[in-house]
Amino acid sequence: MTSKPRDAATATSPLGLLLITGAVATVGLLIVAPLASVFVDAFSNGPQAWWEALAHDPDTRHAIWLSLTVAPIAVLINTIFGVAAAWLVARFRFPGRSLLVSLFDVPFSVSPVVAGLALVLIFGRQGLLGPTLASLAVKVIFAWPGLVLATTFVTLPLVARELIPVMEAIGPEEELAAVSLGASGWQVFWRVTLPNIRWALLHGIVLANARAMGEFGAVYVVSGHIAGATDTMPLRVEKLFQEYRTPASMAVASVLAALALLTLVAKVFIERQLEAESQELEAARATSADTDPTTGGDGS
Amino acid sequence: MHTASPPTTVPPSRTAASRARRRAVLPGFGISAAITSLVITSLVIFPLTVLVLRAASLGPAGFLAAAWTPRARAAYAVSLGSSLAAAVISSLVGLLVAWVLVRLEFPGRRILDALVDVPLALPTAVAGLVYSTLYVEKGWLGQWLVPMGIRGAYSLLGIVLVLVFVSVPFAIRVVQPVIESLDKDTEEAARLLGASRSQTFFRVVLPGILPAVVTAFALSLARALGEYGSVVFISGNMPFKTEIAPVLIVSRLEEFAYAEATAIAVVLLGMSLSMLLVVNVLQQRLARNAQ
Repeated sequence: MTSKPRDAATATSPLGLLLITGAVATVGLLIVAPLASVFVDAFSNGPQAWWEALAHDPDTRHAIWLSLTVAPIAVLINTIFGVAAAWLVARFRFPGRSLLVSLFDVPFSVSPVVAGLALVLIFGRQGLLGPTLASLAVKVIFAWPGLVLATTFVTLPLVARELIPVMEAIGPEEELAAVSLGASGWQVFWRVTLPNIRWALLHGIVLANARAMGEFGAVYVVSGHIAGATDTMPLRVEKLFQEYRTPASMAVASVLAALALLTLVAKVFIERQLEAESQELEAARATSADTDPTTGGDGS
Repeated sequence: MHTASPPTTVPPSRTAASRARRRAVLPGFGISAAITSLVITSLVIFPLTVLVLRAASLGPAGFLAAAWTPRARAAYAVSLGSSLAAAVISSLVGLLVAWVLVRLEFPGRRILDALVDVPLALPTAVAGLVYSTLYVEKGWLGQWLVPMGIRGAYSLLGIVLVLVFVSVPFAIRVVQPVIESLDKDTEEAARLLGASRSQTFFRVVLPGILPAVVTAFALSLARALGEYGSVVFISGNMPFKTEIAPVLIVSRLEEFAYAEATAIAVVLLGMSLSMLLVVNVLQQRLARNAQ
């Protein structure tokens, strides 16, 4: 990635080349080198050792299974929340709306560790609801419900953030038309809204899933870090590293890195669909503005 | 939240047809408001309120004693210092990369554009692990840097490096659309009127993108202040030297020193929320400038 693009030399000035080299070198050093070294280190003892580190360690196997359980639950909660929040914010005006929107951003700026601690203060043994939960024999902290809550908190705004601008750009016209033709609320949602927002929704889900699989700080605090019980994949990476089993740690890390790459490929694909759809929307707007006599006055 | 007052549907575009339909109200206000407020209240407002109330129950003197110990003060300083350094680097790198992506055409531009998002998808623990192995004495980069006296692992430099890694995509993605929206004609006019390249940049381009760069800085700072997963691998976590505030919270928690952990967490929460406020104000100003 650090090679100079020689073909561009004719098209750009020396300064342009210098800037390109600087940007490529920075991204290469900061992002590409670490990413490449995960895979090189993970396979340094051959694919056999890599596979054994993943499949023959029961604690690692459990961590993979736990991550594959916790992340989808958190993403599901986020998707329901995201769709509801986007519908509320993009389709209605009500007092407190802008305050609500800024509350969506809070999980992004609060340290995951602080979020985890807040959950411990509520659900932990000495927490606010601790005695109640103990009498019901429900375990939240140091158990999977805590992992789900922490992961959901950290990824909360991701789906909503993707949907709100797209729904605002599309506008409510089609939905209003469907309602005036007698469609029920759910019919409007499934037949009109969902087809319109499907790529944006998928974009949010893919991003939320990546964050959910990789969450460390918040999960670290609530999990208690029990191998074979409450260790997710990122926590397993850390534990193996602390136990000086760096090759095994790298093997787990390589699975997470592969997942990240897969996420990016999906993201690029989805973004192309989104771009195509927003261009279609603009084209449709332009033609309807041309034919609509009421907007003809300020048209050109 | 305020279900008492009647909701109104967003007025769409200003066509006559939609003006007639304006009175029609879409269904689903009740259920979407219920789900949204239930999740926000139970997952965001309630936990953070409990945290603040717990800290408040210590009383002013107790809070200070817990949150303002020498070790905690050192951790705030390390957190703030390394986050500020990372935010400066991130916003400069963000400006450079965004500029190159928008204004220059070269082979591999789309790949570079996609690679910029890697830190958003890569778990921070993986980033921390890899960075620490890259910069130790025998690592890919460490074998060259350590003899030169540059220690990228188990040092403040290491903290700054991973914080730049986790915050740089935010910086790039904030600056990029603003450069895209810049009017190239103004720059060409300035050049035609005899301004040098640097004059054009500092007098014409920079005023246009400065608000975006400042926003990138604030966003990077907010992201860096709370980061835990990557830093815990690379910093060595030495009290008074390379221990950041989130790491101190976790180590207090592991000692069951809940009061102290809570007090430090509230200080960190205060820093994060004030950064969020700054970012919000900046972004509103950005949106107003764009209009």
